Amino acid sequence: MSKVSMVLNGKSVSADVEDRTLLVSFIREVRGLTGTHVGCDTSQCGACVVHVDGKAVKSCTMLAAQADGADVVTLEGLANGGDLHPVQAAFREHHGLQCGFCTPGMIMSAVDMINRHGPGNLDETTIRHELEGNICRCTGYHNIVKAIKAASDQMAGMAQAAE
Amino acid sequence: MYETQYHRAGSVSEAAALIGKAEDGKFLGGGQTLLPTMKQRLAAPSDLVDLTKIPDLKGIKVEGDAVVIGAATTHSEVATSDVVREKLPGLATLASGIGDPAVRHMGTIGGSISNNDPAADYPAGLVGLNATVKTSKRSIAAENFFVGMFETALEDDEIVVSVSFPVPQKSGYSKYPNPASRYAMAGVFVSQQADGSVRVAVTGAGSDGVFRVAEMESALGSNWAPDAVAGIHVNDGDMLSDIHGSSEYRANLVTVMAKRAIAAS
Repeated sequence: MSKVSMVLNGKSVSADVEDRTLLVSFIREVRGLTGTHVGCDTSQCGACVVHVDGKAVKSCTMLAAQADGADVVTLEGLANGGDLHPVQAAFREHHGLQCGFCTPGMIMSAVDMINRHGPGNLDETTIRHELEGNICRCTGYHNIVKAIKAASDQMAGMAQAAE
Repeated sequence: MYETQYHRAGSVSEAAALIGKAEDGKFLGGGQTLLPTMKQRLAAPSDLVDLTKIPDLKGIKVEGDAVVIGAATTHSEVATSDVVREKLPGLATLASGIGDPAVRHMGTIGGSISNNDPAADYPAGLVGLNATVKTSKRSIAAENFFVGMFETALEDDEIVVSVSFPVPQKSGYSKYPNPASRYAMAGVFVSQQADGSVRVAVTGAGSDGVFRVAEMESALGSNWAPDAVAGIHVNDGDMLSDIHGSSEYRANLVTVMAKRAIAAS
């Protein structure tokens, strides 16, 4: 057992957990935040993507102990109170989901790719390439890609309006 | 996953001491291969010694005529580094195509080469660029570092500290990724070194890990063009054969990827 402490969605949390505890188990089972999903057992599906120190990672392929001292954001940490994050709003607007199981990872990967490329700098090819680590078994990629493009462009507009 | 004990090393010497005390310990880089393997219970180390927080293993710098990349540098850091993109463009391309974005945020160059997966990208990059691996004990030429499938020259308590790449005149990489796993079915790295010598290194295809193609190297020495290698075929018998592709298919891919790598250089 080790004591693991981190900032999770802006709040300092800590718990004594077995060293083999995966970050996703810490988030879901210890902290009760079930927005982060586990869709596979093989680190391939991306439903569990969260941000650790600002970078998208698969929380099923990282020990909670590795995240000791880190700043972790999950899907639950994106919205500002009742106001959805622009990416969340775009997924709703463009129906970027069917069964919804992969959606948490899709949204966290989308926010990460917009951060890295800069709002407004994503085209369809780039988005599809960037989604290689996120699998939608409903195969609803078309609207997911549309939603990410719309969110990216809208965030560019927001950034411009703020200047 | 079976039980394990996690340790975070603060220095290379502390990491070596921790492994020495462990019953059956393993060094942990980004964990993008080791942790999935442990989840499947195909590996069950008693202890994990995390190397990624050791300051000496971090960063990318230019030293003389070489670019030196710390072992704990992630694929994403290599892919987006201005220094790497300018001086080792083939290596930046290689790093940007490993796994997927989330894997690239965690996976490290030291971890990848220490694992020496026969379908990993980095072995082709290191051999193709005539790199030198600096460890906690010695310096090893890349060709001597990669011994065979999942086998390197590393001793049990030996840690990769950095990889030094002599800056070439030209470099390029092209791979045909398995559509599901993104691992290379054949990946070819080509470089024209500062002294004009040529290297062609292949990953993913060989039945014994990374290998060089002498015939392509000499052809490119006199004519650096895709056409120069178009008629050169590696021996089918030396290639991997599995459900993803026969040895004949992989041998053909090597020629095609070599042409593309040269075109991209």
